[in-house]
Amino acid sequence: MEHDIAGMNFEAAYAELEQVLTQLDSGELPLDDSVRLYERGRLLAEHCQQLLDQAELRITQINEG
Amino acid sequence: MLESPLSITDVTLYINDLFQTDDRLQSVWVMGEVSNMKRAASGHCYFTLKDGAAELTCVLFRSDAQRQSLIPRDGDSVVAHGAIKVYVQRGSYQLYVDRVRPVGVGDLYAQFEQLKAKLESEGLFDPERKRPLPSFPRTIGVVTSADAAAFQDVLNVLRRRFPLVQVLLAPTLVQGSDAPPLIRRAIQAIDARDDIDVILICRGGGSLEDLWAFNDEGVARAIAAARHPVISGVGHETDFTIADFVADLRAPTPSAAAELLTPDIEDLRYHVARMRRQLADAVTAAVGRKRSALDDERRALRNASPLVSIRALRQRIDEYTGRMTRAERAHLHLMRANLRGKMAALSAASPDAILKRGYVMVRRTDGTNRADGTERVNSAAALRPGERVRLHFHDGERGATID
Repeated sequence: MEHDIAGMNFEAAYAELEQVLTQLDSGELPLDDSVRLYERGRLLAEHCQQLLDQAELRITQINEG
Repeated sequence: MLESPLSITDVTLYINDLFQTDDRLQSVWVMGEVSNMKRAASGHCYFTLKDGAAELTCVLFRSDAQRQSLIPRDGDSVVAHGAIKVYVQRGSYQLYVDRVRPVGVGDLYAQFEQLKAKLESEGLFDPERKRPLPSFPRTIGVVTSADAAAFQDVLNVLRRRFPLVQVLLAPTLVQGSDAPPLIRRAIQAIDARDDIDVILICRGGGSLEDLWAFNDEGVARAIAAARHPVISGVGHETDFTIADFVADLRAPTPSAAAELLTPDIEDLRYHVARMRRQLADAVTAAVGRKRSALDDERRALRNASPLVSIRALRQRIDEYTGRMTRAERAHLHLMRANLRGKMAALSAASPDAILKRGYVMVRRTDGTNRADGTERVNSAAALRPGERVRLHFHDGERGATID
């Protein structure tokens, strides 16, 4: 949960974003937590978008021994 | 004790004798894939027949070649008949082919059905064995030929749909009799990696023979033994290989396999943008809920304050006042009715009413004690003869003189 967002891969960021949204939607959080979650969700969404925009297929080949 | 050494010719002829006295080698059918096919100017054909593990040098002399309906080409799967003899000058053996025919589709189909039945009976195709594919693959291990159009198709789809993914290629031949063990090894090599999520085995469309390597038992078993889920995309929609049956998911083509493996980046963009909006909505709703909770608290607090009971008291007083006014109004009404009755009685007793009944009132016009100079006369004795009076009727008055 408290991973550094910048280092997250898409799958992890996307999954956490979904989770943040579910938590926020439950409406059982103190206001401070809601606002903190919102801020994290916003950063996660931004990170996801950035990853999608910057993605470039990487191709490598295994070296056969 | 050292035996006297044999000459090369002697030992070669000795081996030649062994070959020639073996009936099986004098008339043999062999099956393999043609390679290194060379047709000399003389008209003789030289080629190699091979499978995954071994090679056999073959020669088809012009006279025999002319009788064949089909001259083999590189890559063909054929069955050849002939005698295996020693080529003394070279110290090697080769098949002297007298008949060659392509491996019949019927033969391959029978092999296919046989292997399919065998693996099926072992449970390798069972639906319970099928593993789910990852929803967001990070790294896809691709087993195919690096030069194949199929690989480029896969890369194009991945670039378009989900460029976040990484591709790790385990290159292998995908066609010919050498291919099966290479494909098997490529599967094992890529499956040994811990940094892949899924294995994609693919090859573009081709003839039944072209796709034959994917009907190999060793390939099938390598797929079945893989730790990672395997998706296959071999040939076209209509082509089914043993590899397809063993794989966790069979895609109709290599491109389709790449599509099945990946989410669409446009969908993801849409979902991320939508979640972003939902986040804002959710936090707004959360703040709204807190605000309304606060309002509720404030209301409750207000209800508990002494001001409220004072206000309620005031309201009650207002209500009473309203009611009292109504009672008073009713009382007034009654009093007014009473008054009207009294006034009627009063008017019945007025002088006008008496005059109307035929009485006359007499007033003296001099010796006045009234503002208008008249005085009511109440007795006959009060009048002297010759005195002027006024007679008042209900409808007017007349003058008169007393006798």
